Amino acid sequence: MNSSIKNALTFSTVEPSGGLRAAMDKGRAEIIAEVRASGIRGRGGAGFPTSVKWNLAAAAKSDRKFVVCNADEGEPGTFKDRVILSEYAGLVFDGMTIAAYAIGATTGILYLRAEYTYLREHLEKVLAERRAKGLLGQGVCGKDDFELDIQIRMGAGAYICGEETALIESMEGQRGEPRNRPPFPVDTGFTGRPTAVNNVETLAWVACIFARGADWFKSVGTGKSAGLKLFSVSGDCKAPGVYEFPMGITVASLLEAVGGQDAKAVQIGGASGYCVPAGEFTRTIAYEDIATGGSIIVIGRERDMLKVAENFMEFFADESCGQCTPCRLGNGKLLEGIHLLQQGRCSMQYLRELCSLGETMQLASKCGLGQSSPNALLSIVKHFQSEIMGRIPAAAAAARE
Amino acid sequence: MLITDRERLRDDIAGWAGRYGRERSSLLPILQEIQKKYRRVSDHAMQIVADLLGIHPIEVYGVASFYSFLSLTRQGKYVIRLCRTISCDMAGKESVAQQLRNDLGIGFGQTTPDGMFTLEWANCLGMCDQGPAMLVNDKVYTQVTPQQVNDIIEQCRRAVSVFATHNKEH
Ligand SMILES: Cc1cc2nc3c(=O)[nH]c(=O)nc-3n(C[C@H](O)[C@H](O)[C@H](O)COP(=O)(O)O)c2cc1C
Ligand code: SF4
Ligand code: FES
Repeated sequence: MNSSIKNALTFSTVEPSGGLRAAMDKGRAEIIAEVRASGIRGRGGAGFPTSVKWNLAAAAKSDRKFVVCNADEGEPGTFKDRVILSEYAGLVFDGMTIAAYAIGATTGILYLRAEYTYLREHLEKVLAERRAKGLLGQGVCGKDDFELDIQIRMGAGAYICGEETALIESMEGQRGEPRNRPPFPVDTGFTGRPTAVNNVETLAWVACIFARGADWFKSVGTGKSAGLKLFSVSGDCKAPGVYEFPMGITVASLLEAVGGQDAKAVQIGGASGYCVPAGEFTRTIAYEDIATGGSIIVIGRERDMLKVAENFMEFFADESCGQCTPCRLGNGKLLEGIHLLQQGRCSMQYLRELCSLGETMQLASKCGLGQSSPNALLSIVKHFQSEIMGRIPAAAAAARE
Repeated sequence: MLITDRERLRDDIAGWAGRYGRERSSLLPILQEIQKKYRRVSDHAMQIVADLLGIHPIEVYGVASFYSFLSLTRQGKYVIRLCRTISCDMAGKESVAQQLRNDLGIGFGQTTPDGMFTLEWANCLGMCDQGPAMLVNDKVYTQVTPQQVNDIIEQCRRAVSVFATHNKEH
């Protein structure tokens, strides 16, 4: 396995447990205020302000609270959480510990996807060292009123368990089927108790924010999208791997840095994201323009966009939890439609119907999976219509071989 | 199944239930232990788990059938999971897939008759910058070429024959 890291990461310059110790000198409210001042929003994809989540969890009354680190990283094209967990686990646990202190949780749980079982031994070792150093257990960092342990729970191979309520269902021993929201996990989470679920990267940045200061974080990025972000870059480019860039970077500058200038499109945000055509490469990657958890898939000139759409749709048809009708049936219908297009047998009328089905799924599905699974196809239909319509059946068959 | 096998299964599951607790939230860890040791979650195992946790067996079935790393049918000693998602697809996963079919003599979703290998597709394994990626049990292989497929399979075979001489298989 080669190293995936391609440019200098801030994580390698921040001293482990430095941020934690700085945070422990502050009061609970002060910690949340510092997180708010940094402007950090969730790095898992949805971009929810971290301080708002923590405030709600802190305000909730309960005999017990939980902090969960979402390490289910299953979005096609993302692998930065794997890199963070292998190289900078200390920062992630620092972030979890700061979160636990701020909201009053006594148990932290890292939900690790089954595909990353090979990381478990290393993570358990890091946790054992922390227990030995007094960074976990009774009186964390010498604070008598703060007790915390962190456990690891393994996933069992289901993309949908990255969705935070499905993740909680899974930890409770249920099928990974998303819940209706509200109530939100910050109020009714694991075993009905207030639970703050955060992405691996979010927690690592929190540790950096306390080591370097909220102002440092806030000074990078754009007004609505503060700070730095890791990107997982794969596909048709010279140097795929993990990169750190400021939020608000344009697609074009990112492509230049990774050696993918010739791309005809870039899929941003994984299978559930948005397919950006070359004409839109001046757009920015930020919450106010193209939001993403950091998956960047570069699609070269010679690629068949329908094959890309087919691969994504197969993924969703396979990973839908099947709980609600628009998503359970819709993904299969869209996939059939893609096959018709490949065979050159799709009328314009039918293509319009498929698009309107996609829009219905976006509106009527229960969770983010069904709400976003039509995105890639819809953006490909919009930007690459001349490429996908009027295929000659035999040529299409050969292309599918 | 022999009586002694049933007893062994029951003892194992009782041990795991003791370790993880008899709460509903222990269900997944217990099923994962069963999968690891017995390479499947059988009807019988589901019944025992249901009894111990005080839930209906259909609840256990609902969970066991939901997750792709739990299997109702017996899997091979080595489960090979090849990533079929976009970046690995663009990196040439199809020719690796074909070589796996050829060298193992089975298709995806199948197990070799000697019970050594199960071949499965996986969705994104988080190795997209180094595709095609593949898991063999818990071990990850990256930038796999069709030429390497046979070596990887042979490594597994050798590991088992060493293991078998030291530790008689049941
Ligand atoms: C289908 C689906 C899959 C998701 N997968 C992940 C994931 O693998 N990792 C993750 O951190 N968040 C994932 N999320 C987002 C989580 O629901 C949640 O918003 C996130 O963990 C919150 O952490 P953050 O605010 O720090 O980003 C997923 C959401 C959906 C709808
Ligand atoms: S949208 Fe899809 S994944 Fe989400 S709850 Fe409905 S069926 Fe399940
Ligand atoms: S696409 Fe194969 S590992 Fe991500």
